[in-house]
Amino acid sequence: MATENLSDYKDIWVFAEQRQGKLMNVALELIGEGYNLSREIGADTKVCALLIGNNIDDLAKECFEYGADKVYLVQDPLLENYTTDAYTKVITDAIHEYKPEIVLYGATHIGRDLAPRVAARVDTGLTADCTHLNVKLGSYIEYAKENTTLNTDNLDPNDPDTGLKMTRPAFGGNLMATIICPRTRPQMSTVRPGVMSKRERVEGAVGEIENVNVKLTAADIRTELIRVVRETKEMVSLTDADIICSGGRGLGGPDGFKLIKEFADKVGGVVGSSRACVDSGWIDHSHQVGQTGTTVKPTIYFACGISGAIQHLAGMQNSDIIVAINKDPEAPIFEVADYGIVGDLYKVIPEIMERWDAE
Amino acid sequence: MKIIVCAKQVPDTNEIRINPETGTLIRDGVPSILNPDDANALELALEIKDKNPGTTVTVVSMGPPQAQEMLEECLAMGADEGILVSDRAVGGSDTWATSNALAAAIRKVGDFDLLLGGRQAIDGDTAQVGPQIAEKLGLPQVTYVTEFELEEGGKSMVVKRALEDGFEEIRIHTPCMLTAIKELNDPRYMSISGIYNKDKDIKVWNAADIEVDLTTVGLKASPTNVFRSFTPKPKGKGVMLEGDTDGELAQHLVDDLKRKHII
Repeated sequence: MATENLSDYKDIWVFAEQRQGKLMNVALELIGEGYNLSREIGADTKVCALLIGNNIDDLAKECFEYGADKVYLVQDPLLENYTTDAYTKVITDAIHEYKPEIVLYGATHIGRDLAPRVAARVDTGLTADCTHLNVKLGSYIEYAKENTTLNTDNLDPNDPDTGLKMTRPAFGGNLMATIICPRTRPQMSTVRPGVMSKRERVEGAVGEIENVNVKLTAADIRTELIRVVRETKEMVSLTDADIICSGGRGLGGPDGFKLIKEFADKVGGVVGSSRACVDSGWIDHSHQVGQTGTTVKPTIYFACGISGAIQHLAGMQNSDIIVAINKDPEAPIFEVADYGIVGDLYKVIPEIMERWDAE
Repeated sequence: MKIIVCAKQVPDTNEIRINPETGTLIRDGVPSILNPDDANALELALEIKDKNPGTTVTVVSMGPPQAQEMLEECLAMGADEGILVSDRAVGGSDTWATSNALAAAIRKVGDFDLLLGGRQAIDGDTAQVGPQIAEKLGLPQVTYVTEFELEEGGKSMVVKRALEDGFEEIRIHTPCMLTAIKELNDPRYMSISGIYNKDKDIKVWNAADIEVDLTTVGLKASPTNVFRSFTPKPKGKGVMLEGDTDGELAQHLVDDLKRKHII
């Protein structure tokens, strides 16, 4: 199923996911990552936001301010809310018309519904839940040397190839794989929210807007969206948090999260959790950090009573500073911790809180 | 209703260890299980069958011959029929190629009302094969399904689809594809009578049986390839703080964070 002329495909597209007229954070992160990749490819490669919805002209400005060179604006009343059928059709049509070299999607519930559908219709490859992207082999080698056990001796740092190298965890984070898509275009991947970095916002930045012609009728949409409910439950923005205080099975029961919440309030952080506590029903899934929860990289991550299963480590090991508090000196969490405290979290945490603001 | 469930046999990733010398997976002694999200899909099919006499549930899988064990488990839970697509020609398929093979097998099974699957398998975590089968079969889809209710005597249904910040309620007509997540239900156990009932049938089909275009399946046809695989580098060990009391430990931590201007 090879694409005929790979060189006809230019530019990096980011699916700029918006919900109810608000851009998702991951869209801005991907514009930042796309910006870096486009400059690495060079040769006038642009980073472009693919913005789909209705009455969303003002979001184009935000895309430019975060680094997009160009915005493909796709607007229609039928695109007001996300539907698999409508969004798949307009993206597929746009890919065929404009031929992007790379298309990136946030690995959100919507991105993971949409991207595989588009990939199957366009007949190209898709790599799920990537945590690292490279185009030049030289930068891939640098990444691999710093973060992995990969032997890079047989890779040529001057290789001119700029095919996308998409790295993702597999087997619960035990193994990493770098995937390529050598024969078809566009090269596509979904990328985990919270992993890539936004660019510094440049107020007033402008760029080119391309209004995309929409060929869509109501009959194209085979599902009926009855309602969208934004749940009023406490929103946990783990991905944006500067400090995360996470609790694990060592809390001993659901009441332990009361202390974790006090701790988080004291240090200006948010509450996280290991999978074990979520599975036991001690706390809502929205707090879960790890392979099947949220990937985080705060300035400080407090792991309280968390043993450090590999699935949990996969979601937090890129935190700047990890502080582990655990009774068991053999807990695997201490292998990744910058500061380890062996002790009873119910005694240690209040002592930290007492000293936090003291001069 | 006629329901088809897509299921995969997976290694229990909670039990997988890495050989630190070679950086490879140690799969010896690791149990193979019915993929958890797929068990939720099967449970939904069986609940529909419980309430709607005359409903049949066919489970379709792709994998090596030993995946028949997983299909036996599905039959013992209450499915009527199991089909395993097993052929070297489909080995090494990425999600695009896998969906071509499974779509061909499902076409071969014949007409159906509802196609179900788990959102994702725990070995690959891609969540791509469900939507890609739906696309290859031209079906509408809803993924991340957490609630389900039939309408109009089974011609349509209203489902709840989980979002990170809430949910959507969607009406969809048959035939269609839904993917399940664990919030949907609690899968039942195998029944004793199910385990001992050997009348039910597991069919093993090869690539010729499903009449699939061989240029669209297998390693060579797959648009994505593994370039390299490796294990993450363990992060350098930090310091274990020392102190005679909890207060001293806390003091050392806060002092050091302040000294490094982290707080």
